[in-house]
Amino acid sequence: MKLEEIPRHLLIGFAILLAATLGLSVYAWHMRKTAVAPPAAVVDTRPLAPPVAGPSERVVLFIAHDDDGTLRGESAQIPMPSGRQQRAEELLRALLSRYLDKDSPHRLGAGADIRSVYLVDPGVAVIDLNSAFADTHRSGVLVEQLTVASLIQTISVNTPNLLKVKILVDGKDRETLAGHADLSSYYDVAAVNQLATQLQAGQ
Amino acid sequence: MIATEPGTLRMTFSREPVVGPASPTLTFGNKVIPSATYSETNGTAVITVNAAVPVIATFGNEGRTLIVSPVSTPSQTTATTSTPTTAPAQPTPAPAPPPIPSVAPRRYFAVVDASHGGDDHGEALSTTLAEKDVTVVLARSLRRELESRGITTLVLRDSDANLPVDQRAVFANADHAAIYIAVHATSSGHGVRVYTALLPYGEDDRGPFRAWTTAQHPALPLSQSTASAVASELQKRQLTVRTLSAALRPLNNVMGPAFAIEVAPQGSDVSQLTAPDYQQLVTSAVATAVAGVRDQLGSAP
Repeated sequence: MKLEEIPRHLLIGFAILLAATLGLSVYAWHMRKTAVAPPAAVVDTRPLAPPVAGPSERVVLFIAHDDDGTLRGESAQIPMPSGRQQRAEELLRALLSRYLDKDSPHRLGAGADIRSVYLVDPGVAVIDLNSAFADTHRSGVLVEQLTVASLIQTISVNTPNLLKVKILVDGKDRETLAGHADLSSYYDVAAVNQLATQLQAGQ
Repeated sequence: MIATEPGTLRMTFSREPVVGPASPTLTFGNKVIPSATYSETNGTAVITVNAAVPVIATFGNEGRTLIVSPVSTPSQTTATTSTPTTAPAQPTPAPAPPPIPSVAPRRYFAVVDASHGGDDHGEALSTTLAEKDVTVVLARSLRRELESRGITTLVLRDSDANLPVDQRAVFANADHAAIYIAVHATSSGHGVRVYTALLPYGEDDRGPFRAWTTAQHPALPLSQSTASAVASELQKRQLTVRTLSAALRPLNNVMGPAFAIEVAPQGSDVSQLTAPDYQQLVTSAVATAVAGVRDQLGSAP
């Protein structure tokens, strides 16, 4: 078929389509050059905890509040694994996530984490904190005592038959959390229970 | 504490079987603790440490180590320790009665401990103010207030020196102080907190020796009543006050009545901690309360 045999209206339509295609190509090229690159994701140096398997359960977390120096029990619904030790770790991770929140009632330093919790029969728990937890913790008798009481009271109320709790930092003994709260001995769970009662009344 | 420092003698015992030294007399070539004698009767080992100054014995290393160290009390030349042990192959006789520990006279009624010091700065209260600097000033102020009420007072760490917490307790115990007061300062909260010992999970006493980590146990009720008296006096002066337990060494290592104060500003201005009138308001209240219970404290063992 010769060009002059093609109907005139088809030629005009083809020319318009060709022009539109070229125009869109130029526009897309221009947009690509001016597009702003998306911001790189903030690198979270905290270790990723494995996903928790298990039904969610209602537990009590003992949350420290710096504004009035109290320790208050608050119920929370969190997924809980079936293993006793994993449950204890999840409890403390849930507690920590409250403290690392933007609107934390008792702020901890960046990177603070629980490395592990070991439950040793009869009635012994060992909480292993990472070094950032202790190294960045604020110093002071009450502020350190609130952290320790919060950890121990949360784990002991939700884990039956605990008698004593030891706190390690990076798997090692440490004299104090941040210059005051003693970490060199085993905490007596019964004594911490009494302390938690004292701490419920603010100043 | 498992450390050998100048002037400290460390001896390790094996309970079964008893292994004695090669010679019953041990000489150390040391002017402070020149010698010790060892004897064993029916499975009971007795070590007599001859010293030029009073010495104190404490257990360490979970009871496997006996630490004998000099203390700064008036002249007393010999301290005797008795460690009952059992030889497996021998019939078990009635153990020899433990020696009655000699009680050194009390030089100071109160021991005031300026917490932290040296490399241990405590809390950074501001960019230019460290807790250790405030505690020493508060401790001196408390000494003035106590002495003005006729209470002899020793300030531990009266300079910017390193002083381990164990050593602080040793000083208070060796002096048989009627009251031990640790002084802390903080930028958080308001007013004054008064702490008594939160004892750790119990270690058992061994014969005449008291477990180091729970040495405070028998005195805790008197410590708590004294802390309540202090809190009450602080309240009378319109100061915000709170009484709590705390795992705060060396409160649990002190054998006599003991408490700690943590002083915060009344408002949000940390510089109030260095204000002499505020310091005196706090320390005079504490001194008045201690003077008020002086008779109870003085009669405590």
